[in-house]
Amino acid sequence: MMSNYIMPNLQIEKIESYLNKEGKRLDGRKAEEYREIVVEDGVSVNSASAVRVKFGKTEVLCGVHLALATPYPDSKDEGTFMTSAELHPMASQQFDIGRPGIEAVELARVIDRGIRESGFIDFKGLCIREGEKVWQVFVDIVAINDDGNLLDVAGLAAIIALGRARMPVYNEAEDKVDEGFSDEGIPLKKDVLSFSMTFHKVGNTIVADVNQEEELISKFRLTIAVGDNNGEPRITAMQKGKAGTISVDDMETILKLAESKWKEMFGKIKEHVFS
Amino acid sequence: MGDNLYKERYSKRGMTEVRPMTAKVGVVPSADGSAIFETGKTKAIAVVRGPRTLHPQHMQNARTGILRVNYGMMPFSVEDRIRPGPNRRSEEISKVAEWALSSVVDLSGFPNTVVDVFIQIPQADAGTRVAGINAAAMALAHAGLPMKEMVSAIGVGKIDKTLVVDLDKYEDSLFHDGEGSTDIPVVMTSRGKEIALLQLDGKISFSEFREVVEMAKKACGDILKVQTRALHEVSGDRLQVTGGDDE
Repeated sequence: MMSNYIMPNLQIEKIESYLNKEGKRLDGRKAEEYREIVVEDGVSVNSASAVRVKFGKTEVLCGVHLALATPYPDSKDEGTFMTSAELHPMASQQFDIGRPGIEAVELARVIDRGIRESGFIDFKGLCIREGEKVWQVFVDIVAINDDGNLLDVAGLAAIIALGRARMPVYNEAEDKVDEGFSDEGIPLKKDVLSFSMTFHKVGNTIVADVNQEEELISKFRLTIAVGDNNGEPRITAMQKGKAGTISVDDMETILKLAESKWKEMFGKIKEHVFS
Repeated sequence: MGDNLYKERYSKRGMTEVRPMTAKVGVVPSADGSAIFETGKTKAIAVVRGPRTLHPQHMQNARTGILRVNYGMMPFSVEDRIRPGPNRRSEEISKVAEWALSSVVDLSGFPNTVVDVFIQIPQADAGTRVAGINAAAMALAHAGLPMKEMVSAIGVGKIDKTLVVDLDKYEDSLFHDGEGSTDIPVVMTSRGKEIALLQLDGKISFSEFREVVEMAKKACGDILKVQTRALHEVSGDRLQVTGGDDE
């Protein structure tokens, strides 16, 4: 449940007119410019991996956990996967305690689908005994501070946490998981890695990596996940949010931005994920 | 790369051919507006109730009425029974449908009220969210609410390397060979041809995606005709739908 946050009209006008006139945002960034991305490891030693990712002041923690599970009847030789997100009230005055609201549900589902459908996790590699026992992979996202663009920050945190996760040790004799972790990573198909970029329309301008104020006043958002297809960018997921509509021109602007941003950022993202 | 594995649709439909569609408004007598939209074996019923006073009071907006969409699949709509009540999927679909419909409905004349849209799926063969939005747009018009324009919705997809419109369940979820299946629900406004909803899962190049938008535009034109015809059956000439070919 999101409480209403009141944005003063003066501030809305200031943000929009500065973008229209100067082509810049109040924090000095250009429309397509990202904030500094910071990645840290070792948030919890008890987890297969747990990372902290920051875009400017927006901060997210993300952990990966593996547990034993029974496979689904229609995919007997494949592990299972689940993404959850907690938009905790510590992160923003807009969030409340309780059952995940629609913001958390949407965020978790968009990230879950993006990872699942890209084929990044090798689900067959998570099978222990066909039809009986597989690994279940949990990705848990907790927002620490929301200054906009949680979707991209959490999405990046999820793939980095997966990329750095260590396999637990399965004790076959006792049919349980032993303490500690192996040196092996979880089975991933590294060549299909993709990451998501969210663009918002603020005033008349398409901007990347919004801060909280820009996010609140934007007309629509469009998230595009882009992966690598032999050196060329390829779309792997999309999600439009908010009630505004996207014109043909805006769509073309976003597609071009997504292509150029992907070329600029993909190498660095890959380093973070597989370091 | 390999050969394209999906050169002909197993249903024998053309690549840009939608399934046979039927639509009817006024199917739920007690509602303020209602409609059913069917495409192939997929059926969607939409009911509009309101504007009515919004409770709890703190959710009211003194500047405008709000639109609230609730999408759900009936337990018997698919082969595996669906547990009644909301789940993460239905909550998300409700929200994206709400955004898409809110873009054309103007409730500024009804402050502090809510307009509820209930979308229910009695029988599913893929494309339930787009069928539901097609029905909901008709139900909103049937309820006589101010709308800036109409919206129509279509699922476009990529099966292996082939772009197709209006995927059924086999194409959407049972086809795994080659590059598999990519599903792209799109909602377009009737006049501005702007995108009011867009989701995508799968793998598709930037140039193919541009083609998808063109295919969606054409298919939404076909659907708009079906919606308009059904609305005119009850309204006669009193209702004008803008953006169609008849303009």
